[in-house]
Amino acid sequence: MNRITALFTQSNSPILNIYYTAGYPALSDTLPILTYLEKSGVDMVEIGMPYSDPVADGPTIQQSNDIALSNGMSVKLLFEQLQEMRKKVGLPVLLMGYLNPVLQYGIEAFCRKCKEIGVDGVILPDMPMSVYLDEYKAIFDSYGLLNIFLITPQTSIERIRQIDQVSDGFIYMVSSASVTGATSGIREATENYFKRIKEMKLKTPTMIGFGISDKKSFDTASSYANGAIIGSAFVKALQQSSDLEKDIASFVSSIKG
Amino acid sequence: MDHTLEKSAFAVDEKGYYGLFGGAYIPEMLYPNVEELRQNYLSIISQPDFQQEFQNLLSEYVGRPTPLYFAKRLSEKYQTQIYLKREDLCHTGAHKVNNTIGQILIARKLGKKRIVAETGAGQHGVATATVCALMGLECIVYMGKLDMERQKPNVERMHMLGAKVIAATCGSQTLKDATNEAMRHWINNPTDTHYIIGSVVGPHPYPDMVTRFQSVISEEIRKQLTEKFGNPNPDYVLACVGGGSNAAGAFYHFLDEPEVKLIALEAAGQGVSSGHSAATTALGKPGVLHGSKTILMQTDDGQVTEPYSISAGLDYPGIGPIHAHLFESGRAQFYSVTDEEALQAGLLLSRMEGIIPALESAHALAYLEKLHAKPNDIVVVNLSGRGDKDLATYSKALSL
Repeated sequence: MNRITALFTQSNSPILNIYYTAGYPALSDTLPILTYLEKSGVDMVEIGMPYSDPVADGPTIQQSNDIALSNGMSVKLLFEQLQEMRKKVGLPVLLMGYLNPVLQYGIEAFCRKCKEIGVDGVILPDMPMSVYLDEYKAIFDSYGLLNIFLITPQTSIERIRQIDQVSDGFIYMVSSASVTGATSGIREATENYFKRIKEMKLKTPTMIGFGISDKKSFDTASSYANGAIIGSAFVKALQQSSDLEKDIASFVSSIKG
Repeated sequence: MDHTLEKSAFAVDEKGYYGLFGGAYIPEMLYPNVEELRQNYLSIISQPDFQQEFQNLLSEYVGRPTPLYFAKRLSEKYQTQIYLKREDLCHTGAHKVNNTIGQILIARKLGKKRIVAETGAGQHGVATATVCALMGLECIVYMGKLDMERQKPNVERMHMLGAKVIAATCGSQTLKDATNEAMRHWINNPTDTHYIIGSVVGPHPYPDMVTRFQSVISEEIRKQLTEKFGNPNPDYVLACVGGGSNAAGAFYHFLDEPEVKLIALEAAGQGVSSGHSAATTALGKPGVLHGSKTILMQTDDGQVTEPYSISAGLDYPGIGPIHAHLFESGRAQFYSVTDEEALQAGLLLSRMEGIIPALESAHALAYLEKLHAKPNDIVVVNLSGRGDKDLATYSKALSL
């Protein structure tokens, strides 16, 4: 079974998924951060493939993308850095990024490499569902790679049902109309949206992301979904860190502790 | 508006593609907005009250039709028949307003309260700020920090018109970065805001919608040539291409007329191989940026590279998907023009015809040196904008 699917089948407590950008703060930090995250008790990890034009991301993640790229990060190098990761970590790993670098690597070559090194899922926000279903799904399926779809407060009920039908792993619920890192805290309107989705009783588990930054917002989100995703707040913590292992442990315990 | 191209091989298909290019590669956050537009734009455009108001504003407010001017001295110099389509005489000084008038009427029909736009040279920003003032809508324009410096007069015009101009400080601080910021703004304000894209780029239906609004250029050229010669078709149409809105408009009604040679001029910057260029078709390959699949300047890893041109309006690493299709299919020929060639062409037109062209349009004019048309050939150059905004650049580069 895919590690993501297994996690949702087996876990009874809220799932914490942490996002970080590959090659940031330093080029060689990618794999050490992954191992520290597993050690600190995170349930799932989303590794960002940096891109020159990340339109769905706010300033914090944009900046980490820029620095990672100037450090020399690329899809090819990321795969080299993660080549041996399954000797060190067992948790589900997703790659998040934008479509163009994946297209240039080659969709099939990308999926094959993901399977080879043990990547479980992919999040590509600018890949349209129709293009995925028509052109890529068969390839993803043949390599056992999950594609994670996003929904937002503006997504229609009909489209949510459609996304639920074609989803495996989990559905990424974007908490509010925003780019990443733009909001902090969860407002009442947002909770109504969480409630609305919970009441739809989707077949696919849900994870809430965007605007989740601390224990309070993590707990609130987790009461409506299977767990939550923290990105910008973690990237900020990395930015200020002088001891990655120690600071990652204390960041994660501040959320899960 | 003329809808005769709907069955053309060069028109957008029902999925939003021009051949292999186009589509709507957008994050889910933008899906409802873009879908709302896709479902409504054709029906809104075809409504009689929309058409009446659009046509009325084009004639009474923009000043259309713009003249098709026979450039006598320039024609003598190049030994051919050169006609300039005077989009520089549009209200606000460029063709950009044809599109902003159309889109603001659509935004109003959709009940939007606020407009966001990106701008490179500032012409689209000014054209957007203008129609927002006209309709009483709030206007926010993102502009690269570098472009704000080199196109200062347009920043001041936008302020005068009541728009809020926000500097895009990421990346190369030019048009690509302003577009990223405008898209992020739209993601953050999805329900009450309409994004007026200024070129034939972005997710479907933008490239088609903008092309339709700009197609008034070729519609008028055909009418004007028919009146002069009894034949709507010239031998050549020349236009510059950044994203490509003026070229799309100038080419549109000639796409299915194979005897009309269509020539698109990209900015070579300091030279195609100099590393400081925006010659997309020469340097790019297929990829996805700003919501569509097109030809794109990028690294092997798929990172979009920073373009360069002296002309802010051509300083963009991609081209509209319609142009990617025209390039791939061979329907249009793409060449590039250096900064220096464009500057000289701008000076030449100023001195020989008393018309100071925008640096963007000067790229199209520069190709007259290399065209070698026959004496009786009719060559239409789309003079997409006027050069007032570029005077500081001209003066400095030409040591005037």
